[in-house]
Amino acid sequence: MGEVSNALSTTGHQLGGPLDRREVVASLLKDRGDLLVVTGLGSASYDVMAAGDHDGNYYLWAAMGSAAMVGLGLATAKPDRSVVVVTGDGELMMGFGALATIGIRRPANLTLAVLDNGHFGETGLQESHAGRGVEIDRVAAELGFSWTNRIDEMAGVEELREKIADRSGCKLATIKIKAENPPRVLPPRDGVYIKNRFRAALGHAPI
Amino acid sequence: MERQNEAVAEAIDWQADVFRVLKDHDVKHVVYVPDAGHSTAIKMAEADNSINSVVLTTEEEGIGYLAGAWLAGERGALLMQSSGVGNCLNTLALQAMSRFPLLMAVTMRGDWAEFNAWQNPMGQKTEAALQLMGVMTWRADKPEDVAPLLHGAATMAFNGDSATALLLGQRLIGEKKWVK
Repeated sequence: MGEVSNALSTTGHQLGGPLDRREVVASLLKDRGDLLVVTGLGSASYDVMAAGDHDGNYYLWAAMGSAAMVGLGLATAKPDRSVVVVTGDGELMMGFGALATIGIRRPANLTLAVLDNGHFGETGLQESHAGRGVEIDRVAAELGFSWTNRIDEMAGVEELREKIADRSGCKLATIKIKAENPPRVLPPRDGVYIKNRFRAALGHAPI
Repeated sequence: MERQNEAVAEAIDWQADVFRVLKDHDVKHVVYVPDAGHSTAIKMAEADNSINSVVLTTEEEGIGYLAGAWLAGERGALLMQSSGVGNCLNTLALQAMSRFPLLMAVTMRGDWAEFNAWQNPMGQKTEAALQLMGVMTWRADKPEDVAPLLHGAATMAFNGDSATALLLGQRLIGEKKWVK
């Protein structure tokens, strides 16, 4: 493990973990088939874009805290497709109540993949709640998610990829990544374009 | 004459009209933070197997949810109280930038004969706040106006990829009895 992954927060908690975020996301989306992907704003969306732009990607550029709920609406309306929300610990926690809303709905085709670097990566790497000891996967387990995990090695990421595809229950994993900002790979910013492209891939014409 | 009008008004079940209009517009998702004025529509939605009824912890969750449902081609509506509009403001950027149909029905507080003055700051600015964020608004203060105005708001949301809101006035809902 590198120096960063051993770093402790001001509250004595481990900040993030050893994994490389780009490697994690590339592995999650390998051979993705008809997987649908929603990204939270910021670094998670750059990671998904770096793994390859796709008609089945819906990138958020604002509305922080909304990615999990977009995933819930999509998964509910499209039960025959796997949906994964790839987002950061800070984005997820801005809409933390959504975990309770999802926990009582539990669509079997929805997975939340939370990239946890223990920091607010986009704004100057301040220590986040997760970095100060909030364990999001344990909260999700208490809230009724069918499967939760805390992942700090690539084998766990590969297992998660299989879990995403099997639609066997509503899942959440926190993936412990290094606190670093790789070069930005920017997704398209035209929200109407992203929406219409995604809908077209599911067979829906613009109004 | 006045009394006769009141009798006619009372015969209109405007709360049930809200649900009927949503059904007529092929709404498949009713997402809400409860309010007394929405209780009939919520009950009807929860009892209807063709509707996904989703109780939210905070109103802005509904905007993300409805965006996701629309990505998969399905329509929904967000029911909330005026205080919840304040919670939604930043998240309305999602609708403004991606332009998906966002239909909202908002029961008013701090609007008329309000006992709890803490409701007044948000209630008095609810319509202006929505309009500042690009949402089209209508107000219903009479039972017979609810169905046609909600029909109009739904038509313009679903046919225009627009955000629309019907405000259900406090005179329509009735004075909340605080002390019995």
